[in-house]
Amino acid sequence: MPVKRPLYFLAVGVFFGITLLKSGAASWFRIYEMFHFAAFHMYGIIGSALVCGIIINQVIKRFEVKDLDGNLIHQPDKDFSIPRYLIGGTIFGLGWAIAGACPGPMFTLIGAGYWPVLLVFASALLGTWVYGVLRDKLPH
Amino acid sequence: MNLLTDPWPWYIAGPAIAVVLAALLLGGKTFGMSSNMRTLCAICGAGSNTEFFNFEWKKQIWNLLVIGGALLGGLIAHFFMNGDAAVPLNPEIVSQLQATGIDSATTDYMPTEIFNSGAMSDPFVVLMLVIGGFLVGFGTRYAGGCTSGHAISGLANLQLPSLIAVIGFFAGGLLATFFILPSILSHFIN
Repeated sequence: MPVKRPLYFLAVGVFFGITLLKSGAASWFRIYEMFHFAAFHMYGIIGSALVCGIIINQVIKRFEVKDLDGNLIHQPDKDFSIPRYLIGGTIFGLGWAIAGACPGPMFTLIGAGYWPVLLVFASALLGTWVYGVLRDKLPH
Repeated sequence: MNLLTDPWPWYIAGPAIAVVLAALLLGGKTFGMSSNMRTLCAICGAGSNTEFFNFEWKKQIWNLLVIGGALLGGLIAHFFMNGDAAVPLNPEIVSQLQATGIDSATTDYMPTEIFNSGAMSDPFVVLMLVIGGFLVGFGTRYAGGCTSGHAISGLANLQLPSLIAVIGFFAGGLLATFFILPSILSHFIN
């Protein structure tokens, strides 16, 4: 990494964290409301991020945009599978609705001083580890 | 609207997240937060007996910096940007929550009945957070990504696997919301 690059990634993270907290995307209440289809807010956030993201990707491809190191930006396609994404996704969704926090906001909430989220984080680490151990026995 | 003191509307937050996505692509990386947990397992030595954690985690330090930044961003927004203001929820959701004993929806950013240090003396709440967190960690790695990696980054790159994962996210989320959460929340009725 170039000398200033760690600072770059840290700054991107700070901006991301502020966005998550200030928008309510890190709030358990907002996730609860989203799964009850009771507000447009979360769909607006994800949807508008998505629309902007699609445009960004199209621009990158059309104009062959290079990254800061001068390499062509290229994202490899994800391997196709149905069980892996559907089962894994459903398990994630169960946890997302119960704990009300996904892996990004978890860190933001800890930073904001919601200490019980440390427990959610530690359990998520454990869940990740158990997945790694059982990986060969699960359908992918 | 004051971006410093008021909650951010969706049309500010969504494009802001797209800026994060673009910034990471420009940095030669991709947007995905959950892989940090795999990295952390590897740093803790899980790679010595599990192949899945036996990889060059030093190449993932950039992402730990992003997540460290996200933590710092939470701290900054908490102390300097009124980040914990009550969330402007749908009033119907507020009264629905109040009916189950969650009274903090109009006053707090998070349900204090669950996310206060005091609530940690209740084994039921502890169990709820442990199970929720475990499912998040297990499921996200199984699915190969979370909200950032699939719902934003993958879908923005028109990846069919990400669409399947997001359908799973919502299937699981709705299942938990309508069949599991009601009995969990009934615990809080006084």
